[in-house]
Order: sequence, then structure tokens, then C-alpha cells
Amino acid sequence: MEEIIISTIQRTMVAGTPLLLATTGEVINERAGILNLGVEGIMAVGAVTAFIITMTTGHPWLGVVAAMGAGVAVSLIHAFASVTLQANQVVSGLALTMLGLGLSGMMGKPYVGRPLAVKMDDVAIPFLSDLPWIGKALFHQSPFLYLAIGLAIAAWFFLERTRVGIQIRSTGENPKATETQGVNVSLIRYACVLTGGAFSALAGAHLSISYSSSWVEGMTAGRGWIAIALTIFALWNPGRAIFASFIFGGIFVLQYLLQPLGISPNFLAMLPYLSTLLILLAISFKDPRRLNAPAWLGAVYKRGER
Amino acid sequence: MIRITTSDRYNITPIRSFMTNAASLGAGVLAVSLIFIAAGVNPLYAVSQIFIESFGSVYGIKETITKAIPLILIGAGLTLAFRAKFWNIGAEGQMLMGAIFATWTAQHLGNTLPPAIMVPLIFTAGFAGGALWGIIPAILKIKYAINEVITTLMLNYICAEFLTMLIVGPWKGKTRFGFPGTDALPDAAILGVLPGSRIHYATLILALVCSVGLCVLIYRTRFGYEARVVGENPDAGKYAGIDFLKTSLILMAISGGLAGFAGVGEVAGIHHYLGYPASVSSGYGFTAIIVAWLAKLNPLYAIMSGLFFAGIIVGGDAIQISLGLPAATVEIVNGILLIFLIMGNYFLYHKVQIRRNRA
Repeated sequence: MEEIIISTIQRTMVAGTPLLLATTGEVINERAGILNLGVEGIMAVGAVTAFIITMTTGHPWLGVVAAMGAGVAVSLIHAFASVTLQANQVVSGLALTMLGLGLSGMMGKPYVGRPLAVKMDDVAIPFLSDLPWIGKALFHQSPFLYLAIGLAIAAWFFLERTRVGIQIRSTGENPKATETQGVNVSLIRYACVLTGGAFSALAGAHLSISYSSSWVEGMTAGRGWIAIALTIFALWNPGRAIFASFIFGGIFVLQYLLQPLGISPNFLAMLPYLSTLLILLAISFKDPRRLNAPAWLGAVYKRGER
Repeated sequence: MIRITTSDRYNITPIRSFMTNAASLGAGVLAVSLIFIAAGVNPLYAVSQIFIESFGSVYGIKETITKAIPLILIGAGLTLAFRAKFWNIGAEGQMLMGAIFATWTAQHLGNTLPPAIMVPLIFTAGFAGGALWGIIPAILKIKYAINEVITTLMLNYICAEFLTMLIVGPWKGKTRFGFPGTDALPDAAILGVLPGSRIHYATLILALVCSVGLCVLIYRTRFGYEARVVGENPDAGKYAGIDFLKTSLILMAISGGLAGFAGVGEVAGIHHYLGYPASVSSGYGFTAIIVAWLAKLNPLYAIMSGLFFAGIIVGGDAIQISLGLPAATVEIVNGILLIFLIMGNYFLYHKVQIRRNRA
């Protein structure tokens, strides 16, 4: 029993890691007023880039850096389309997802079925990992987990407690007023979209070089879309995103826990998607007015227009 | 010193609109060429081959029309939804639900009915299935303010798993030798094809009729007007007393229902049994989003843009085999073309001038 509980907690943390990274990224995006539906595609590009670079160089951290670079490059398309060209953000994001999934399939084709020789090793935190029960489950984990939690806390602090954070939030709430304060709205939006892209790519990198050590086409399996839903669940707050992501990590793990009970594996595979709907419904019952959504989310902002 | 100045453009003529789209597609093809170069393929050869394979032979044209059927149906339905700014990304799932309903109907009735009754019946069932899967997000959006992009997408995954659950479980056919999939549909439910092709003409006619019908609905009826107001100026719509729930329910029933039709066509016209979700929907639901966008959200133009993207699928599949490109090639081409189409829109509504001024 003890073994099962420990391994359940451990696997929940692992499954929640990419969700947390991607959700934090999307929170940053949306706080600046830009809806990025390209998360799934950016994640796929990040996953394949991290895998290829790790395989060819033998250094997982180089893979991580390359993935983030690729994520920034791909999300630049969305930033240019939605900020500079004032394009429809929904369609631009969808296009980015299509492109990202396609590109990852093309880039990764020669690598399908080739396992990684060196993957990102788990790190044991001294002393803490020796604690009974939680030691192994929480403190002997992939560096991505620590990175995800650290970045989420940093993002929370940055958004809620710093001057630039206030500028980002007001860009999402009222870009016109922000502009009159002498803030460069376009610059802030570009920066947030690119940062968000780097976060999504990190989430992908976790999947291909830490969670598993192989590349499979479509391995993101809708996690990018779930992250967009989690952004709402987290009420656009990176701190709450931590809890939201690990609750969903638990739902992913639940699939495997319930499998021995003879429930159809296809029904269990529905669980994350079904839970996403149910959680959004529950939030809506609690807060039908959506108090926290940035007021200008997804709307086109045209400089100098009244 | 080079200065770029922009100003709004108000005289948007259909010709300018068409030329902008054409130029965007042209620029998109150039970008696709770069990808081909990166993949070590001669881009001139690859791009020309895409269009030769799809439009350059009788066989190619037949295949292109076959694949255009679902794209026109779904694309036309999406133009209505997108006009009301209802971002229905769930056509894949709605298509699958249509296929499930049609299969159930056909298998239960067996060969008791003549095709003249059976075929309309399975299309009705398919419409009902797609419409049902379409109105769920409409209710969730209007009543509970839940973003429809997420709900329609989640419902795609849920429907795909549900379909798989059926074909590996209770619906698994006895003639499939243990492989997932239902038994063949009864003969009465199999759609006729034009000789020497895979064009199931009943669905093709339905697609053309639906496009024209939707065009009338959008531009000539009160409902179409209300749907456009909901999309373009929701505040005005509220003051005018438009019932958002009713409007959204109807438009999503139509949009989902047309996707359901497409699902029926694939099962009863192409495969003749219900198999894995990926083989039934084949990504048509996503490609149709670009079809609707290229059609400038006009269902009549969806016929042309449906044929265009069907050509890219047929040609893309062909060069993928002949040039050894990965299956994702078509997806990349589609994604890039869509990005260039929406970017091109800016130049339709803005005049961009590059001036050289002496500093």
C-alpha cells in the first residue's frame, strides 16, 4: 500500500510537470491580452527539438536550451500575426498548432523508434530526499519538476509584485490606458508571447527527454489544449496553476490506477478531457462572471484608435 | 532611412479581396518551398507535382472531388459558425458522432428497407449525431460562459475514444478477424459511386445543395442576419433582443449536422464499415477550418476552396510517397497557408507604403 501511494504521488508530479510549464506560459500570454491557441504545436516543436539535440550532442541541457529557442522562434509567428498585423488570434493560434504538429512530424521522422542514450537524469535533493514517504516522491524527481514549480512561483512574483508585472497586467486589461502611461504595449505583448512560447517548448522537452526517452509523433496528446483550459481553472494566476496542474496530473495517473479494475481503457483515456469540461463547468457555477479574465483577452488592439 | 507608413483602407472590393487571398497563397507557397528545401527536396518539382497529381489527370481529379466532399460540407457549416464568432474546432468529433449514429441506424435496420428509404434515413441519423455533438458546446458557451474552443476540442478527443470503445468492444465485427471495426454496413446503406471513381454522388449533391442553401440562409434570412450580428456586434444584438442561446443552438446544430453528413459519407460511401476514428475523420474537420477561412466565410466559395484543399491533400499524399516525405507534409502546407491567409488580411484592410525619406 505504501509503495502504491508513494508511486502515485510521484507519477502525479511527473504528469503535472508539463501541464504546469505550459499553463504558466499561457497565463503570461493571456495576462498581456494575447490568446495563444498554438500551445499544442509549440509543445510538439519543443519536444522534437529537445530530442534531436539531446540525441546528437548527448547533452540534455543543450536540448532544453534548443527547445526553448525553437519555442521562441515558432511563437514569433503568432506574435507578429496578432500584435503587428492585428490578425484574429483564434485562427492564428490554430494555424500555429497545425504548423507545429506538422513540423514536429517532419523533423522527427528519422528519429521515430530510436531511444535516447542519455536522458535528463532525476535529481535527488540532499537531506530532503531522505525523508520518509514524501522524500522519494517529491524530492527525487526530474529537474523539470523543480524548474516548473520555480518558474511558476517566479512568474507569480513577477506578475503580481513588480512594476513590469503591473504593466503586463494592465496591457491585458486596458491597453489604451497603458499606452498613455508611456508603456510600449506592443513590446510587452511580444515579450509575453515569446516567453510563453519558451515555457510551452519546455513542457514539450520534458515529455521527450525526461518523461519518456523517445520521440513519438503526436506525443503531446492534447496536453497543450488542457493547459489552455487550466489557465482558466487557475484564474490566470500562476500560483493557482501549480495546484491546477497537479490535480490534472493526478487525473492522468488515475487512468493507470483504474486499469486493473477492468474498466475500458478507452473510457479511462477520456478522463482528462472529460474532467476538463467538468472543471470548467464547476468554475462557471462558482463564478459565472469570470472576474479574473483579462478584459482585452483576444481582442485586437489598434494603436491610436479611439 | 526607410519608413513604413500604414493607413486604413475602406474601399474593399471583391476583386481586391480575391487578389489579396491569391497573393497570400502565393507567398504561402514560397514559404512552403523553403520547408521543402530544408527537407532536401526540389521545391519547384514538389509544388508543381502537388497540383499535377491532384488536378492534372482524370484519376487525380476524381480523387480530389472525392476528398472535397467532406471538406465542402464541413467548411460550409463552419462559415456559418465562424460568422457568429463561434469558434467550432470540433468538426472532427461532430463528424465521428455522425458516423456513429449512421452506423447504428444502418446496422439495426439491416436489409429490411430499400436504399431509397435507407439512405435518407442514415443521413438524417448522421445529421442528428453531429448536431447533438455541436449543441453541447453551444449550451456550455451561452449558459455557462465556457470557451467553445476548448469544449469543442475536448469533445473531439472524447468522441474519438468513445468510437474506439465501440469498435473494440460491443460493435466489434465478427468478420473482422479480431481487428477493431464493425461488420460491413448492409447493402441498402452503401452509397452509389460514379463509375470508375470513389465519388459517392449522393453526398456530393448534398454538399453542393447545403452550400447554396447556407448562402441563402446567411444573406437572405432573418436568422442569418441575427447570426452575423451576434458575431459582429454582440452588444447591438443584445439591445435588439436577439436570443443568443437560440441562435447559437441553431447555428451549431447546422454546423455540427453538416459535419455529421460528412461522417456518413465517409462511412457509407468510402469505407463501408466503421473503423478507427483517425481513418474515418482523417483530419477533415481541421482542414475545413482553412477551407472556411479561404472562402472568406462565404459558404458558396467553400465549394472552390474545398476543392483547392482537397487537391493539396491528394497531391500532398502523392508526393509524400514519391519523394519519401513524412505524412506530416500536408499538415505543414496547410498550417503555413492558413498563417499567410490571415496575415494577408491585414493588407486587405490597410494600405502599407514604404517610403524613402532623406534624413
